[in-house]
Amino acid sequence: MSDYNFAYLDEQTKRMIRRAILKGLAIPGYQVPFASREMPMPYGWGTGGVQVSAATLTPDDTFKVIDQGADDTTNAVSIRKFFERTANVATTEETDKADVIQTRHRIPEAVLREDQILVYQVPIPEPLRFLEPRETETRKMHALEEYGLMHVKLYEDISQHGAISTSYAYPVKVEGRYVMDPSPIPKFDNPKMDMPAIQLFGAGREQRIYAVPPYTKIVSLDFEDYPFEASKADHACDLCAAKDSYLDEVILDDQGNRMFVCSDTDYCRSRRAAGHVGRLGTKNQLEASA
Amino acid sequence: MTPLLQVQGIRKTYGSFVGCTDVSFDLYPGEVMGIVGESGSGKSTLLNCLAGHLPPDQGEVVFDTLADGPVDTVTMSEPERRMLSRTDWAFVHQHARDGLRMSVSAGGNIGERLMAVGDRHYGNIRERAIDWLGRVEIKEDRVDDRPSAFSGGMQQRLQIARNLVTGPRLVFMDEPTGGLDVSVQARLLDLLRGLVREMGLSAIIVTHDLAVVRLLADRLMVMKDGHVVETGLTDQVLDDPQHAYTQLLVSSVLQV
Ligand SMILES: Nc1ncnc2c1ncn2[C@@H]1O[C@H](COP(=O)(O)OP(=O)(O)OP(=O)(O)O)[C@@H](O)[C@H]1O
Ligand SMILES: [Mg+2]
Ligand SMILES: [Zn+2]
Repeated sequence: MSDYNFAYLDEQTKRMIRRAILKGLAIPGYQVPFASREMPMPYGWGTGGVQVSAATLTPDDTFKVIDQGADDTTNAVSIRKFFERTANVATTEETDKADVIQTRHRIPEAVLREDQILVYQVPIPEPLRFLEPRETETRKMHALEEYGLMHVKLYEDISQHGAISTSYAYPVKVEGRYVMDPSPIPKFDNPKMDMPAIQLFGAGREQRIYAVPPYTKIVSLDFEDYPFEASKADHACDLCAAKDSYLDEVILDDQGNRMFVCSDTDYCRSRRAAGHVGRLGTKNQLEASA
Repeated sequence: MTPLLQVQGIRKTYGSFVGCTDVSFDLYPGEVMGIVGESGSGKSTLLNCLAGHLPPDQGEVVFDTLADGPVDTVTMSEPERRMLSRTDWAFVHQHARDGLRMSVSAGGNIGERLMAVGDRHYGNIRERAIDWLGRVEIKEDRVDDRPSAFSGGMQQRLQIARNLVTGPRLVFMDEPTGGLDVSVQARLLDLLRGLVREMGLSAIIVTHDLAVVRLLADRLMVMKDGHVVETGLTDQVLDDPQHAYTQLLVSSVLQV
């Protein structure tokens, strides 16, 4: 591994990616093309996010990776290990201690700070792709702010399901200009995107980078008579009693018993450590595992 | 009265081949202009130049805009031209699948233009979509079906509804009845005639079917090899053709 440059990519590639990131920050929500590099992992593993993280990390940074809110999935573990080995950076599972957080499918519950950077892994960056497969045409639509088609998609949702059923990758308008795919985060997370931290989005296979600077106005698209709702399961976390966090449903047995737990494992853990106890949580267990 | 459209000296070549040339005419509000001619005579080339789909090599297409009065659409900026295309103009393609979104429901197809100009009330959009389905004789309960489940005639009627829902001031049609069975053609033609009268549509209709222009067009332009060879009131041209080519065209049709 010592043959590699810091964070695997060579300096020239990182500069190229940083230029794309800066351009993205200058034009919030605009998809900047970049020459995506082969990474030693398959595309589905977030090579776009990995390249953005590689171009963003400095040796002093502490790095965190989450996948569906958890730090311990195979995907999160392997990306974390990748940067431990190639960049020798410190890693953490605590949102609060991280300088750079790479994520797939979630925004942490804890409000991020101005000195933090959130890097998203993006499979399909083009929100108009669903209805308009031609790249030349979607580019033009973005350039000319022709976004009627996004509402056609929402119209179809309502006519088929009686409500806007899109619950992930829910399209947003950024600072009143570009319509953007926030990556497959639950729509519950959309309102959090107006945040103090920098948000960077990397799509490896599609070779696009886009960005949302701190405190940018993000509006989730909707209809007057079907307004956007940042919905979540109507429960409290069964382990930490949080009522404000996004929950995963866990099947417990064949009898149909279920529990709801925070998808953000660090958030749940830190709440339990602070003494919050949910319906199925016990103080003793926690102290034992802590 | 100011013409709605003033076409001046339009020429379009494909390499050294002349698609159409030296075409000039005025279209007044509420008028329907028919363009006829044999296959390859340049009808679609001309129509696409007029509608902004093809850049002509020469000529002007001056449209009487609501905001600024007569403006040459050939030299206006692309954003302005695209804005015209989804507000004041409409384009009905010969093949419905070129003019419809096949993966979107009938209601979504009709609603698209409404949403494109900023309608953000689902209930309104749906109501207007259903109203327009009725106007093109498609049952309300098909509103959530995709056009792929429709017959060719229904697809074409849906395409017309999708185009007319925003009340365009000028409609371009390229062989709107082409490729349909004769009985289906007749019904579509009837429907078009009703809509043209009721809405006072201004339209330019390209066809090689003289029955279509007989029913729909006030005036007629006959094209051959990219040139306009004859122009006049529809009945005059069809009943008393002056140019030898028009005489041939008319007689060959009447004999069938
Ligand atoms: N993209 C192109 N490149 C080269 N030649 C073309 C192109 N499009 C059309 N042509 C030629 O220009 C001539 C006029 O074509 P056009 O499609 O305008 O005819 P048309 O009158 O609409 O015919 P039809 O009734 O068959 O639709 C034809 O000879 C055609 O082959
Ligand atoms: Mg043609
Ligand atoms: Zn919890």
